Amino acid sequence: MSGPLISVQGLAVGFGGQPLLEGIGFEVEQGQVLVIIGESGCGKTLLLKNMIGLYRPLAGRVLIAGTDLAASEGDQRRAVQRKFGVAYQSGALFGSMSLLDNVRLPLEEYTRLDDAAIELVARLKLSQVGLLGSEAKMPAELSGGMQKRAAIARAMALDPAILFLDEPSAGLDPVTAAGIDQLILQLSDAQGITFVVVTHELASIFAIADRAVMLDREARGIIAAGKPEDLRDHSPHPRVARFFHREAAP
Amino acid sequence: MEKAAGAGGRWIIGCNYRGGMAKLDISTTEGELRMALGGRLDADGVAPIWQQARAALDRNRALPVRVEAAGVDYCDGAGLAFLVDLRRHPRQGGAAVEIQGLPERFRRLLDQFDPAAFRSAPAARQAGEGIFASIGRSAAALGLDLKSQVAFVGEAGRALALALRHPRQVRWRDTLAVAEAAGVNALPIVTLVAFILGVIIAYQSALTMRQFGAEVYVADLIGISMVRELAPLMTAILLAGRSGAAFAAEIATMRVNEEIDALSTFGFDPVPFLVLPRVLAAMVVTPVLAVYADGISILGGAVTLRLFQVPLVTFYNEVFSWVQMHDLLGGLFKCLVFGLVIAGIGCLRGLQTGNGAVAVGISTTRAVVSALVLIVVVDGAFAVVYYHLGI
Repeated sequence: MSGPLISVQGLAVGFGGQPLLEGIGFEVEQGQVLVIIGESGCGKTLLLKNMIGLYRPLAGRVLIAGTDLAASEGDQRRAVQRKFGVAYQSGALFGSMSLLDNVRLPLEEYTRLDDAAIELVARLKLSQVGLLGSEAKMPAELSGGMQKRAAIARAMALDPAILFLDEPSAGLDPVTAAGIDQLILQLSDAQGITFVVVTHELASIFAIADRAVMLDREARGIIAAGKPEDLRDHSPHPRVARFFHREAAP
Repeated sequence: MEKAAGAGGRWIIGCNYRGGMAKLDISTTEGELRMALGGRLDADGVAPIWQQARAALDRNRALPVRVEAAGVDYCDGAGLAFLVDLRRHPRQGGAAVEIQGLPERFRRLLDQFDPAAFRSAPAARQAGEGIFASIGRSAAALGLDLKSQVAFVGEAGRALALALRHPRQVRWRDTLAVAEAAGVNALPIVTLVAFILGVIIAYQSALTMRQFGAEVYVADLIGISMVRELAPLMTAILLAGRSGAAFAAEIATMRVNEEIDALSTFGFDPVPFLVLPRVLAAMVVTPVLAVYADGISILGGAVTLRLFQVPLVTFYNEVFSWVQMHDLLGGLFKCLVFGLVIAGIGCLRGLQTGNGAVAVGISTTRAVVSALVLIVVVDGAFAVVYYHLGI
């Protein structure tokens, strides 16, 4: 396939016709790790939910592998949806199913693998996020960090080309967070998976990001884009510098 | 899928499915089982070759296995699972499964999985217990539930007493909001059900009474049965389904979201803070709704009896000569207790919630079921008491 895997063009997102962000445009190449950063409440998660087609943009469009998700329906929409997996901020595991069943569900619905094969695939995913041995646990029995990791395992179940992760390492201990960074790098390196990650964690941004896009509430749009190191060292914008140097607003 | 038998017990299994392609070539030569893998090892690719590979391993348990994977040009999680499945296969006498030539980037992914860790079945939930254990467990749960209900009645009673002594401490704004949601907003459904109940009972009784020329006494029947029994009962059942469930679901969600914990750490006791406004509102609203239901259902009866040539005036006179004040007040006092019970049990079930979305559903179900049971029990108790009091 030629061209970028994800292309965001002139996007405006917001609630009730009131845009929170306007004129958003960026592209993500295959195999890239893009992080979306910005202070709390600037609309990072909202942008992510527009990109994955949960909300309809107020203006502009999002192309995933050349298809506009918001404008497609039925089989075409499902075909695009199969190209990506999403791990939500709070995990969003299905509370009535064990961990293993959470990961098995998409495999049972969308692949022709037999039962034993599905079980093994699901267990490999859980072992990749360090949850081997917890297959029978119910989501309610897990700590917050374990729920997040299980959510990533479920998002990876169908080996999607793109993974959208909403704050995958927020609230995790540094060791687990570093483990998730490592997992992201490994998957993007070996399997060419493309990542769009919403995060605040500075350490994680520098570890994983090929490119960063910084959103701002006052500017209602992107105020900086590029390699995180460049943004840290060379951005003329004071709010970008403050973010990367972890300084309080004056 | 294509399948071709070559020379010397050699099988080539290929698959081309939606552009995905994985090839498996199985042969047994010189005392070893050889599998040549190629193409794309993804979920679509490995699905058709997986069983053949497993069957070949099962057939030749004693032979060492060499998997030639140099031809693999893509391998994702499903492909890795396939390779791990080959590696974890139990072999006789230490015959090894060796995977050769897998491109380095996939090799690294594969090596993070220890095949031995996947040999045993995944940890399962504890198996079902014996019948005696489960009877014992249910009995213990029932006893604990009864204990918690008694404790809750005590706590709620204390909160009510405190509210009487210090009315300023009651959260009246919340109480008013609950009264609106549980009372005013319930008027349409109460109107509908009460009117139709009146029509149905009047019609069914009038059909029979007409044979004796006694249609006019249907008015008394409607008046007494509605005011004493049916209108309060119907109001209580509607309240249980509408508001008892809502109380339970709301408080249960607060429990799941740690809002109850947040209240506790601020030093707010959830009973006066959450339960009392709901109980007070329900106790006020239920009798009022019942009076309204009395009127509407009698109206429904009157409209129906017009069809049986009973004039409105006659109907009015009959009803008001038969229905006494103590009938009305008896019904309304029952409603007061119904309101207390429904709101109380709704809040209690909400507070008892466990974790997750399932727990909210369970609490709501339990709230409605317990409320219905308690309504019937309370109603029965009142029937006995009123009988002995001669009301």
